[in-house]
Amino acid sequence: MMKKVAVIGVGLTKFGKHPKVSSRELFAEAAFKAIEDAGIDLKDVEEAFVGSFLPDVLEHQGHIAPLMLDYIGLTGIPATHTEGACASSGVAVRMGYMAIASGLRDIVLVAGVEKMTDFPTSDVTEALALASDDLFEASEGLTFPGVFALMAKAHMDKYGTTEEQMAAVAVKNHHNALFNPYAQFHKEINIETVLSSRVIAWPLKLFDCSPISDGAAVIILASEDVAKKYTDTPVWIVASAQASDTMALCEREELTTFKAARMAAEQAYKMAGVKPKDIDIAEVHDCFTIAEIIAYEDLGFCEKGEGGKLIEEGETEIGGRIPVNTSGGLKAKGHPVGATGVAQIIEVVHQLRGEAGKRQVDGAEIGLTHNVGGTGATVTVHILRR
Amino acid sequence: MEEAERLVKKYFEFVSEKKFMGLKCKKCGAYILPPKSICKKCGSREFEWVEFSGKGSLYTFTVIHVAAKRFLNDAPFVVGVVQLEEGPRITARIVGVDPNKPETIKTGMPLKVTFIESDEKVLLAFEPEK
Repeated sequence: MMKKVAVIGVGLTKFGKHPKVSSRELFAEAAFKAIEDAGIDLKDVEEAFVGSFLPDVLEHQGHIAPLMLDYIGLTGIPATHTEGACASSGVAVRMGYMAIASGLRDIVLVAGVEKMTDFPTSDVTEALALASDDLFEASEGLTFPGVFALMAKAHMDKYGTTEEQMAAVAVKNHHNALFNPYAQFHKEINIETVLSSRVIAWPLKLFDCSPISDGAAVIILASEDVAKKYTDTPVWIVASAQASDTMALCEREELTTFKAARMAAEQAYKMAGVKPKDIDIAEVHDCFTIAEIIAYEDLGFCEKGEGGKLIEEGETEIGGRIPVNTSGGLKAKGHPVGATGVAQIIEVVHQLRGEAGKRQVDGAEIGLTHNVGGTGATVTVHILRR
Repeated sequence: MEEAERLVKKYFEFVSEKKFMGLKCKKCGAYILPPKSICKKCGSREFEWVEFSGKGSLYTFTVIHVAAKRFLNDAPFVVGVVQLEEGPRITARIVGVDPNKPETIKTGMPLKVTFIESDEKVLLAFEPEK
């Protein structure tokens, strides 16, 4: 019998540019906040999982999990680095979930961290392209935005999705980020801002893309007995799912959907015993605007091909039928890639505890997170409820 | 001990000789590209190398304006997914089209294989079939 798993503490750095601040310092800030929020002692942590994508390539630092833990004075416990490209810390959450659900641990620290902004954009572009099949796709010149551009074009061809509908995702998420103190951008934009921005990988423009960011996010997970000791407001992880797919886009049956996302979502809904219509809020992986539109469809918030219409009709705004990315999403909250999976969980926890301030969705009880790794070769989906 | 045939290495040796070769499953006859160590259709691991016709059509594409470091000099350039006549799809450069006029590039357009040189290597590419 699996044990119930609660989130009892959360900690986040501001996302954005932190010049010359290394990942260990970002991690420590988030970790101490999470430990304080949980009300536990540092020495209560029994195991840690740290998600990060590019520390070796960008910061020239490998073996980061014990390094991070050592910087907060926590040596001795098992410390493991998880890597799943942009889903690196979504994977870490699932590892932490399994450690507690299995009965092996009572208190686990799960982190995500990434340091990206001190390096030239061409270096970061090259590094992010590691998440595509290097021999067969990146070596032809395909970039990471290019991967999502191929899917955007396929979605436009098949369903008539428009550049304006994609732009509307960016406009919504920038608006939501105005009310998130942790967000990288606090600037309202409009459709024209997006359409007139420079082309990165046609049809995607600068404002269709999430930014390059630094940041860290940490959560403390606990078993039911322990959770009740420390908090009156536990948020339960009621589903933790992950699936995989081909790395190369050319090998996918379809380029208008992420099969791994559909598989992970299906598992997660089954595990939680809920349906898409039961979800009150969702944090989805809008690394590019088209990815949010595809997420609506893959998660069952609308029919296949109707994602463009869903954003156009305002259904995913705060106050709409299914508010998506109340945090501002990757687009406007920022996307320190390895930190994103945990940061999504934190936004849902803030919402379910009723602590989301001006972006609060009234009465939110069930929230979902959707974290896409690289080309969609790894996807994690988590469902939480209060 | 018998070593497995290094299929990926062999594929790129063919490309460097400007030959467009792929695998054909000896058991079920499926064509396979990019190379895999197993036929996903039938599970066989017995293949033969066959020359692909090099004919296909444009399945989807993008124009890369912000390129990775090694391709900075090529930008803007077109990368597409090509639906090959034999069944598989492959990702490749699309040449002989105008990267500054993406609206003139049509998915579904017939293409044929060619090869270009970039990053000091031979790259697989496709161009419009006249």
